Amino acid sequence: MSACFRAPAGGAPVRVAGKGLVERSRPLRFRFDGRWLSGFAGDTAASALLANGIRLVGRSFKYHRPRGLFAAGPEEPNALLTVGRGGAQTPNVRATVQEIYEGLDLRSQNRWPSLKHDLLAFNDLLAPFLAAGFYYKTFMWPRGFWERLYEPLIRRAAGLGRLSGAPAEGVYDTAWAHCDLLVIGAGAAGLAAALTAARAGADVILADENPRLGGRLLDEEEEIGGAPALEWVRAVEAELSALANVRILRRTTVTGAFDQGVFAALERSGLHLAEPGGVPLECFWRIVARGAVLCAGALERSVAFAGNDRPGVMLAGAVRAYLHRYGVAAGRRVAIFANSDDGWRTARDLQAAGIEVAALIDSRADSADRHRAGGDFPVFAGAVVCETRGRHALRRIRLRGPGLDRWLEADTLAVSGGWNPALDLSCHAGAHPLWNERIAAFVPCPGALEGMEVAGAAAGIFSTRGALKSGAYRAKLALERLGMKAPSFRLPDADDTRPSVVPLWHVPGPGRAWLDLQNDVTVKDLGLAAREGYGAVEHMKRYTTQGMAPDQGKSSNVTAIAVLARVSGRGIAETGTTTFRPPCSPVSIAAMGAHGRGRGFAPERFSPAHGAAQERGAPMAEAGLWFRPLYFPRPGETAWRQSCDREVTMVRTRVGICDLSPLGKIEVFGRDAARFLDFVHANRMSGLKVGRLRYGLMLREDGFVLDDGICARLGRDRFLLTTTTAGAEQVLAHLEFAAQVLCPEQDLRILPVTEQWAQLAIAGPHALAVVNSLLDRRIEPAEIPFMTWRRVALGGVPTRLFRVSFSGEFGFELAVPARYGDSLFRLALAQAETLGGGAFGMEALNVMRIEKGFPAHAEINGRTTADDLGLGHMLAADKEFIGRRMACREGLSESGRAQLVGLRPVGAVRTLSAGAGLFADGDAPRHEALQGHVTSAAYSPTLGHVIGLALLRNGRARHGETVRALDRLRGIDARCEVVAPVFFDPAGRRMRG
Amino acid sequence: MRITCPFCGERDLREFTCRGAAVERPAPGAGEAAWDAYLHLRDNPAGPSREYWQHTGGCRAWLVVSRDTLSHAVAGCRPASGHRRGGRP
Repeated sequence: MSACFRAPAGGAPVRVAGKGLVERSRPLRFRFDGRWLSGFAGDTAASALLANGIRLVGRSFKYHRPRGLFAAGPEEPNALLTVGRGGAQTPNVRATVQEIYEGLDLRSQNRWPSLKHDLLAFNDLLAPFLAAGFYYKTFMWPRGFWERLYEPLIRRAAGLGRLSGAPAEGVYDTAWAHCDLLVIGAGAAGLAAALTAARAGADVILADENPRLGGRLLDEEEEIGGAPALEWVRAVEAELSALANVRILRRTTVTGAFDQGVFAALERSGLHLAEPGGVPLECFWRIVARGAVLCAGALERSVAFAGNDRPGVMLAGAVRAYLHRYGVAAGRRVAIFANSDDGWRTARDLQAAGIEVAALIDSRADSADRHRAGGDFPVFAGAVVCETRGRHALRRIRLRGPGLDRWLEADTLAVSGGWNPALDLSCHAGAHPLWNERIAAFVPCPGALEGMEVAGAAAGIFSTRGALKSGAYRAKLALERLGMKAPSFRLPDADDTRPSVVPLWHVPGPGRAWLDLQNDVTVKDLGLAAREGYGAVEHMKRYTTQGMAPDQGKSSNVTAIAVLARVSGRGIAETGTTTFRPPCSPVSIAAMGAHGRGRGFAPERFSPAHGAAQERGAPMAEAGLWFRPLYFPRPGETAWRQSCDREVTMVRTRVGICDLSPLGKIEVFGRDAARFLDFVHANRMSGLKVGRLRYGLMLREDGFVLDDGICARLGRDRFLLTTTTAGAEQVLAHLEFAAQVLCPEQDLRILPVTEQWAQLAIAGPHALAVVNSLLDRRIEPAEIPFMTWRRVALGGVPTRLFRVSFSGEFGFELAVPARYGDSLFRLALAQAETLGGGAFGMEALNVMRIEKGFPAHAEINGRTTADDLGLGHMLAADKEFIGRRMACREGLSESGRAQLVGLRPVGAVRTLSAGAGLFADGDAPRHEALQGHVTSAAYSPTLGHVIGLALLRNGRARHGETVRALDRLRGIDARCEVVAPVFFDPAGRRMRG
Repeated sequence: MRITCPFCGERDLREFTCRGAAVERPAPGAGEAAWDAYLHLRDNPAGPSREYWQHTGGCRAWLVVSRDTLSHAVAGCRPASGHRRGGRP
């Protein structure tokens, strides 16, 4: 604590009195590499570090070169820090974006053991060997070494921050927003655009990545309407905030532009708070805008010269931003190197703030004359900086010009090589920007993105007045396209000086001249790429890594393109840019995947009897999002098989209750319902009498089986279909397609009613007793023959009673409105228990349906035909139905296809597994000899041995033959006899009763 | 991507499910070639395309969406039933 107001290294304070927008009355403490420092509310980590005299903030990616702050905005390539620890640890946070708060914990990255004494800086001495393409050329041999040795080693030495490995903490969110006009950026142009649209009554979203509105106006000393620009900003902000049709999203970066006016944006909603509480750390927005105005401003670029990566070499615009916005002097003795009037502006601003200007080095020969009225500092016109010195921070620079070659002491060098419009978003639909010779920058191609206008510096209009004017004008155009009329915008007075820039990309000379600071790419690397045949701009990017990684080369790409153009003997326009793809700014996976963590918002479907099943300790399995009980363990049972075997025997000898509510249920009604069901089923349904049930088979149009189920005729024009649990959604969409697209003339309604009905199976010799104990009026078996249904009442509740069985046992299904499902399950279970019965789950049901040879999803797997399943006789010959034409085609019924059979073990076979391959007895088990596979297998407690269903080539003709089932994964090698697929009660006497 | 459902209005892509090219089902007696084409042969257009989509997360109507596979522009969206709304065509 006592160290919190430690004076910055070197003694003198670097905060400038009377400057900056930080709140000096609100000091905050934060840590950097364990050391407590102080800053003020409104500081970014970058400005606070600089105010504490900290110049060295990171080590470079490849060479571990010492690096310092380079920019003041989101384009920062060097100052990537790790924030927080454990589950709250976030690597690669840009110090220029992270606002400080009390207790903020920052750490530098890519150094060991410490930032100042990084042993891997040794890499820098190897630089002559580590040029672009080094890895591709070197680590080629032996082949297996890449994954095992080279890559892990290289990854450890190179890189950015690391993940903690702990699950992420904190709340993340996603949100949707809709608007007429999305204004991207709240600088002069953005504010003018938002104001114009807001006054026109449009729904406006104004998004800006800064915590406060104003854009570049916050970083400069500007006047609008004869007063400080920030007063104008405040007035506009007040007007916009008061309007109900305007939503201002601060700390929000629009990261991508997609089809039809959809934009992605990342709001850093809680990352600046010491205790976010319930506020999400980040919110990922999807904004649907009818129109957009891109006012994202421009990003300054540097000049490539030897040693231009030393801590202390910064962008001139950043030096001014630190001064005006944060009240921080970037250095004590600042030299300025520029190719435009920005150099003069920087020099004058610094001098006015009492900071020593060591020299202004202006690469333009004529600049000194034009700016004679400037300030009192040495000016070197027509000169360049060609070299720097200083180990952990800049100490000296070398100037060269006509008749000039000298060293100059300076702790900071402010560099400006011009400005590049921030046009990424305009290119996300695939457009490439155009080279504009006059301003020496790429500008957005007109109409690059449908519905988007570009204004201000993003369009290459760099003066304040020009930005205001174009912002208002572009908003007006966008609104007109939406049929809205904007009131005229009264343009306030503002500076209208257009920058005069004479391109300067690279100062030739010995030593490494850096382009991409984040990826350690130098001018020499580009030359190498061009020489080795990677001169196309996209190839150059991949070969050298120029413009990759978190910053995507925001401050270096255009310079690199210019250098590439020169070394490959082309023009800049001809060289072109790489492809711009979203996101244009890093987006955390946690934000994009908010609500997707763990189960997130994944839907879960619970049967009305779910609670009752849980109370009995039933483990659950998911099918079609439904949770279904697998078995109901009883005391003393330790393995699932014990419970399952008991439940099967219970149903076969007593009575069992099974919750079938998740089975898919679809009602079809209308005058043409019967005709329609004939069309969607392979078998005929129109002949079904009211009150009767029929097994139905649906095919896909290609002739394969889609699903099966029971169809009940509820009335003349009303049917109820059941589907498999997992197939319900697919069958519904299939029926809707058939109804709407294939039978549009029919009178039909299709209604999914799965959730509306709770349904129980009551099966076993005592099933009737249980049913009769529940019904208001007893029923005799003769009143409800097999495969019929009738309306009954249960405690006064209208109930459907079906005489149907999936277990092969004498049984019923009872369906009540879903709200009675829980009590019906409990009542039926209590009755069953008095008769020595109980509940059974999916495992027992599966065993019983295998005993009966009923096909389920393992057999109806999308590759089997009705004939394969032994259901070929169901295909009606005298009517048209979906799949008919193709079911008849050659190949779908010819001999040689795999057919459903049963497998009974020969000798002592303990287990059989689904998936085991089948081979003729005596054949060598090679792939060519494969005859089929086991689809379902179970131990049958009824029969006392394992049984299986299988799809076997020509299976129906091979009953009695012995085959070998082989599953090498589970170590199963079993000899089985091929039998008919019905193992138990083949005549169906039990279920028919 | 945004699709304007004729019944529900403009909605986001994720409410819809695409089935594929909007091809007409051949008459039952159409020859083998017609059925083969219906089931198996698809153009892969670079440009305008017509597809069946279902508004699965909405009114469940089957729709014919005309869109450009190059620009992603959606030119139109009409009920696949031709005239009346889904469920009861």
